Amino acid sequence: MTIDSVRGAPGVQEGADLVQLLTPEGERVDHPDYPLELTAEQVRALYRDLVIVRRVDLEAVALTRQGELGIWASLLGQEAAQIGSGRALGEHDMVFPTYREHGVAWCRNVPPLNLLGLFRGVSHGGWDPEEYRFHLYTIVIGSQTLHATGYAMGMQRDGILGTDKAGATIAYFGDGATSQGDVNESFVFASVFNAPVVFFCQNNQWAISEPLEKQSRIPLYKRAQGYGFPGVRVDGNDVFACLAVTRKALENARSGQGPTLVEAYTYRMGAHTTTDDPTRYRLKAEEEAWKLKDPIERVKAYLVRGDLADAAFFDEIDTEAKDYARGLRKACLELPDPGPMAMFEHVYAEGHPLITEEQEQFAAYLASFEGSE
Amino acid sequence: MSDIKQFRLPDVGEGLTEADIVKWHVQPGDTVEVNQTIVEIETAKAIVELPCPFDGVVTELMVTEGDTVDVGTPIISVDVAADSSAVATPVSEPPAQPAALKQDLVPSPDEPGMVTPEEPKRQPVLVGYGVKPGATKRRPRKGRQAPVPEQPPAPPAERPGNGMPLAKPPVRKLAKDLGVDLAALTGTGPNGSITRDDVRAAAQPAATRPTPSAPSAPAGREERVPVRGVRKATANAMVNSAFTAPHVTEFLQVDVTETMEAVRRLREMPDFAGVRVSPLLLVAKAVLVAAARYPMVNSAWAGDEIVVKHYVNLGIAAATERGLIVPNVKDAHAMSLPDLAKALNDLTETARAGRTTPADMSHGTITITNVGVFGVDTGTPIITPGEAAILAFGQIRDMPWVHRGELAIRRVTTLALSFDHRIIDGELGSKFLRDVGAMLEDPLHMLAWS
Repeated sequence: MTIDSVRGAPGVQEGADLVQLLTPEGERVDHPDYPLELTAEQVRALYRDLVIVRRVDLEAVALTRQGELGIWASLLGQEAAQIGSGRALGEHDMVFPTYREHGVAWCRNVPPLNLLGLFRGVSHGGWDPEEYRFHLYTIVIGSQTLHATGYAMGMQRDGILGTDKAGATIAYFGDGATSQGDVNESFVFASVFNAPVVFFCQNNQWAISEPLEKQSRIPLYKRAQGYGFPGVRVDGNDVFACLAVTRKALENARSGQGPTLVEAYTYRMGAHTTTDDPTRYRLKAEEEAWKLKDPIERVKAYLVRGDLADAAFFDEIDTEAKDYARGLRKACLELPDPGPMAMFEHVYAEGHPLITEEQEQFAAYLASFEGSE
Repeated sequence: MSDIKQFRLPDVGEGLTEADIVKWHVQPGDTVEVNQTIVEIETAKAIVELPCPFDGVVTELMVTEGDTVDVGTPIISVDVAADSSAVATPVSEPPAQPAALKQDLVPSPDEPGMVTPEEPKRQPVLVGYGVKPGATKRRPRKGRQAPVPEQPPAPPAERPGNGMPLAKPPVRKLAKDLGVDLAALTGTGPNGSITRDDVRAAAQPAATRPTPSAPSAPAGREERVPVRGVRKATANAMVNSAFTAPHVTEFLQVDVTETMEAVRRLREMPDFAGVRVSPLLLVAKAVLVAAARYPMVNSAWAGDEIVVKHYVNLGIAAATERGLIVPNVKDAHAMSLPDLAKALNDLTETARAGRTTPADMSHGTITITNVGVFGVDTGTPIITPGEAAILAFGQIRDMPWVHRGELAIRRVTTLALSFDHRIIDGELGSKFLRDVGAMLEDPLHMLAWS
């Protein structure tokens, strides 16, 4: 079998171990290890999350094409992996994202405008990681897995595991990051110290232009076995399965049972970022095949089939998403450029004599121009 | 009342400076809404569609298809105050007060036709790309009361070290690029160091000074064509292939009288109705059959291994207005002859229309170049990068030929096969070429061997 014939039929490699609770056709299936009970209202809420984050993402791509953002990494196709895992999080958990976790940020109540500010170049992140329990976006590939492991080991040393204040960390990364040394190191540390961390790998099949075959000879979730902790492959386009699997992995971590690797098997429907052109390295047929597994359509089908939502509900969500995007666009265009003195504000948490001195010098320099105060 | 806004070409990649306008999707008078696709542009990285940032009615397309446009150039103007229901008469402004009658010469922003261009206030500068020359200007400083002591420029006479002129590395680089001798300059920067402006100023007269050959060459004797787009890609691919894969080329003259007869009869068959059947079809079929017999010819060199492909994405080199491109027929090995004929037709039509996509041109496994269409017998083709062999198919012409022991006038062509000698030895290459020739001499061989 050639590489092309495998790639030509995506999904062939999913394997029998794939945890799935909602088929692409929208049929609910059970899994013995991952029971999940959701009310109609909860399913509708998940649907709303999925639709809104997709619409926000679309708006950000458009703003980039209009020169209003410097760059954007689209989450198109990965909504279920992010919303499912994001909605599994508890208040004491801590998230360590890459630069594509717009859906998880949404679940943590980080205002999407803050994400746009980062890519517009008017802030270095602009949210307090402690406030949202959501760390700043990490651009370096894989390094956040070490941060998550270190933070988890800190939680362990605080002695909170197993108590009602117990939290875990969750590290997001992609298939490409699994080839990084950082990820290997964090797996080793997490394993031998039994750290409360969930490694959530969104395998979207492409590390920019490198296909999965160039990352691993075995399915990624099987790597966990070599480090000595469990690995699970979940249908990353199935929001129910992502919710159930992540929930269980987090519970295990919080109760002191150590790390889990979750491989969410999904597909990046768009470009790697707005500066990339996927038509140069992959075939349209592959995208078409994955379109049939759309994460939103299957929830919609489930809601319709079970008579859990009517046309008015779907219209309402569409309108809400559209209005939200319009408001976001307006707010983005109105984001103020930061003042030149802002760069001194976040160098140290507390005052520092050298920085204070430089700050004063710079203020005097700015005041030396005509027209200044 | 109209309120016309302009959309400036944004930098859609990281640090791109220009883009080609490929296709407009709207025309003046069209109603547009926010995020509607208005134009396709091609940058050094990709073809991208630009969404409109305004709701309104298009008043003008300010650049035309094919233009290369600098980032920041206004490309379209949209009347955002226009009522979309009044599209039919976009120019019918209230004639209340003609501008010419107004006393003040400065039109008010409300005035019909007054253009308020988007302020180029944000010109993001990305790490590593520097500021565009002229994009910034110094604000004037206050007088002597400046609290920061300014260091007076030191006399430039004294230079540190071995008389090395004082200049920062980027300035040295700039000087080198512009061919300016730093030692000949007097620096105006701190401590007499040489600044970018000093270098540019020194380069200015040199740039305007005519080159020595220029005065003797009357206009029109020479022309400089910028190397970009397909020409650039072709050049890179050719150099890449020619200097990495050791090429060997073999030639074979073939009597294709029988093939021409077969082509004539195929044209009469209902299966080929509406499809252009050309000799290229049978050459393609012969290559596919031969590739199945000798899979190593349909392969690629991958450093420490050879990737042998058991499928054929058959590349056909095509001359287009934009230059040479090599789209390929995907999975040609699995096609019936009518399907293959149709695929070849589609491929050439797509190429001629300039609609060939990068996907059409990638993942080829072996290539045919039909040099015969240019009226020549043969050539030594260069292998498409990532492949191991290419067949050139020359013109077919009447030649004196020994046929069944007698001199006869026959239809004869010349085949040339270039192959990557790292993968294919002379024996294998010869067998492949001989079999292709045999199949064209007697097309029945195609049946026997497929």
